[in-house]
Amino acid sequence: MNDKSINMITSIAKINKPLKLVSGKIISEYDLKYETYGKLNKEKSNAVLICHALSGNHHVAGYYENDKKPGWWDNMIGPNKPIDTDKLYVVCLNNLGGCHGSTGPTSINPKTKKIYGSDFPIMTVSDWVNSQKELMSYLGIPSWSFIVGGSLGGMQAFQWTIQNPTLVENCVIIAAAPKLTAQNIAFNEVARQAIMKDPNWHDGNYMEKGVIPSQGLALARMLGHITYLSDESMGEKFGRDLKKTKLNFNYDVEFQIESYLRYQGEKFVTGFDANTYLIMTKSLDYFDPIKDFGNSLKETFKTVNSKYLIISFTSDWRFPPKRSRELVKLLLDNDKNVSYSEINSEGGHDAFLMDNKDYFDVMRSFIDEANNGI
Amino acid sequence: MAFRKDLLLISSWIKPNSKVLDLGCGNGELLRLLELDKNIHGYGIDNDVINIKKSLQNNINVLQMDLDEGLKDFEAGSFNYVVLAQSLQVIKNPKLLIDDMLRVGDEIIVSFPNMGHWLARLQLFFKGRMPITSNLPYRWHNTPNIHLCTINDFLDFCEKNNYEITEKYIADSKQKTSFLTKLMPNLFGEIATFRIK
Repeated sequence: MNDKSINMITSIAKINKPLKLVSGKIISEYDLKYETYGKLNKEKSNAVLICHALSGNHHVAGYYENDKKPGWWDNMIGPNKPIDTDKLYVVCLNNLGGCHGSTGPTSINPKTKKIYGSDFPIMTVSDWVNSQKELMSYLGIPSWSFIVGGSLGGMQAFQWTIQNPTLVENCVIIAAAPKLTAQNIAFNEVARQAIMKDPNWHDGNYMEKGVIPSQGLALARMLGHITYLSDESMGEKFGRDLKKTKLNFNYDVEFQIESYLRYQGEKFVTGFDANTYLIMTKSLDYFDPIKDFGNSLKETFKTVNSKYLIISFTSDWRFPPKRSRELVKLLLDNDKNVSYSEINSEGGHDAFLMDNKDYFDVMRSFIDEANNGI
Repeated sequence: MAFRKDLLLISSWIKPNSKVLDLGCGNGELLRLLELDKNIHGYGIDNDVINIKKSLQNNINVLQMDLDEGLKDFEAGSFNYVVLAQSLQVIKNPKLLIDDMLRVGDEIIVSFPNMGHWLARLQLFFKGRMPITSNLPYRWHNTPNIHLCTINDFLDFCEKNNYEITEKYIADSKQKTSFLTKLMPNLFGEIATFRIK
């Protein structure tokens, strides 16, 4: 259903303040593409930041003209939805290093006048938080009523609270973890290798050659996609269904799941940049705020006044419930206000994007109660 | 909001500004009451997502966890009080949980419906059937209550495990004490509440 009532603005913030990255590199100026929904109230107390995950972007809700599909989290965000744009002012941006309108590897490097390509620096979650804070100032928002994110987005939400302890009233972290395991990093490495072994990779400067490493990027996406689904959900959707009536004893697409994965891979390469994919996976691998803050974490937490809601899904094996529980324990050990819900779902990691009554009710209960103060 | 009377009793035992963990917190009523009256910092635990929603609507911190897995996410001595109000009977291994509660809390509060109450005894004696009371409305096949006990059973259990009872309150159905509940608590008490160290 095309929901025309959503008050959506898409724009670009030009940030001229240099951003010093964790790597030591500096981005002197950059664009952040963002979208807003709803209205900032007089007290400026109803702003919500949505942080996107690996392949997300600023278009989180609503429909563009002539589009059949809405933004990537349209079921969660909109009028009368759990994140209610009739009450809240929702902001979502394309992260720096992305490929949907913010400065990233496909942009022109102002210093060299050439496409960044692999020269674009590796971003960390901490760098993203700093750039998002610039957008916050740009939009005249004094603090966030909520920061909400799933997966890598949840990691950004968490990082926000410890990096800016007084600027986040409520933090919702969904299907995330305090750091990646060896298995998580292993999947990311295979994805990167698939991209970098593509004959069209050209050390990351493929755009100059007028090609894209589409085979590698498609493979990376196919692998990723498997890890976002559960065995149950794949079994239910595809089982051992065949594309044709019988086995043909060749290596063409035979099973429906093969067809589906190939389609997902091919679709992905038309809208996503390979260098951005590498940056996103690296930022995931590097994320480890507990180690980064070290001994100062306890002191930092004393000043954090955010209230947290952590949500996990039973069938998520990329970031399973026990990983969310690690975050919960960390917050409990530091006497922070935290609630936790483990939602029964067969959706795997991607469950955070799917409709689920319990999940949506939990979100709504937390958000509405916290909203009573607004 | 009118609070449950057995929760008002528990509240009266809790010092202001303390830290409280409420196991089987239901809709979060006890913690809501304690936050309003005693300015405590608290967390509830429940394993039913419906109770998670209700607790969030009551604006309390609530954690969806299974008490049968113990309190492994909680550090020793990290709470002033750990409360188990009328949920003892659903726990798979009461001793393990109570030991864990004593590890996490400076003191613990445990309450349960008394199976030794005369109405329960009469049902078993005259009808020859498992008792059904206002506190225990289930039938034998659909009850979540797998470890029901009488007050005397619980006293034996505490003695055997060296749990030190520092205070107890045996109440009738109106959550009041009477001559009878004092004289013969195991026969006339409906809800028993204990403070244990």
